Amino acid sequence: MSVHRFAVNVTPKPGILDPQGRAVEGSLDHLGISGVSAVRVGRRVELTVDAADEKAARAIVERLAAELLANPLIEAYAIEPIGGVA
Amino acid sequence: MPVRIGVVVFPGSNCDRDTVHALSLAGAEPVELWHEHVSLDGVSAVVLPGGFAYGDYLRAGVIARFSPVMRSVAAFAGEGGLVLGICNGFQVLAEAGLVPGALLRNRDLRFLGRDVRIAPERLDTPFTHALAGTDPLRMPIAHGEGCYFADDTTLDALETSGGVLFRYVDEGGGRADDDRRANPNGSLRAIAGVLNEHGNVGALMPHPERASEGILGSTDGAGIVRSLVESAARATTEARPLVGARG
Repeated sequence: MSVHRFAVNVTPKPGILDPQGRAVEGSLDHLGISGVSAVRVGRRVELTVDAADEKAARAIVERLAAELLANPLIEAYAIEPIGGVA
Repeated sequence: MPVRIGVVVFPGSNCDRDTVHALSLAGAEPVELWHEHVSLDGVSAVVLPGGFAYGDYLRAGVIARFSPVMRSVAAFAGEGGLVLGICNGFQVLAEAGLVPGALLRNRDLRFLGRDVRIAPERLDTPFTHALAGTDPLRMPIAHGEGCYFADDTTLDALETSGGVLFRYVDEGGGRADDDRRANPNGSLRAIAGVLNEHGNVGALMPHPERASEGILGSTDGAGIVRSLVESAARATTEARPLVGARG
């Protein structure tokens, strides 16, 4: 067994209305920032997996992401290995 | 003997008692079903009430979807059992894939608690047959994630197969697609409620149980509750649910 750490980045799918992203964009004027657009607000989930090897660990994360962390109707996800401990 | 109808209680449900009360008024015997129990106690229909099941953590309804009772509810629905989801119950059913689509954050990001008007698209379903007609019904919404979303293919299929149960309408009964007041959460095609493809699982965001007796200011929701109770009673005596199958 070995320990693996991952992050799952969940974002609204293209075309899905993201009112949070719009709210962020709406605040940019107040900061005096221009030239920023297409803000999309998502969620990042970091987790540690105990598994036989990295491949097995990734398969667990893949299942978790598809079934729980993201709703495939409205959200996309990307899995990335990260270092360190929680 | 009154028909027994289950009301699922999740940690964070807060409309379960109102739902129990409304079902009693409609002549049913409500049975509270605890989320950790697998048994549905032989009920003839199940209501998933409003609230914030499991704190609505991650996404509204998703944690509840994996609770023990929901496995039984999914099996019950799969056998043609009548299931109605109200508000958070709609979110749970959508996350579980028991009704099509998803509920996104309200268009203006705010939690909305106020009266809306909805109109039934069909009167031949287990959830609408006791309604007097398709006139607008006034009842409250109370949600932060009620913006109905499905992709265009799914929306088109819903329209053609009779899967739209309720729409937000204006005071005159007109569809409220782009009317920000009448369709306050920004739901696509003003959809306030949907039906699954077999017609035995229904869901809506507004709260009929909060508009089911005079003292609450509106009795417009009572017909929805009564429809469910009568359908469940018929399902019991005929050993087969009355389902307004789509298509």
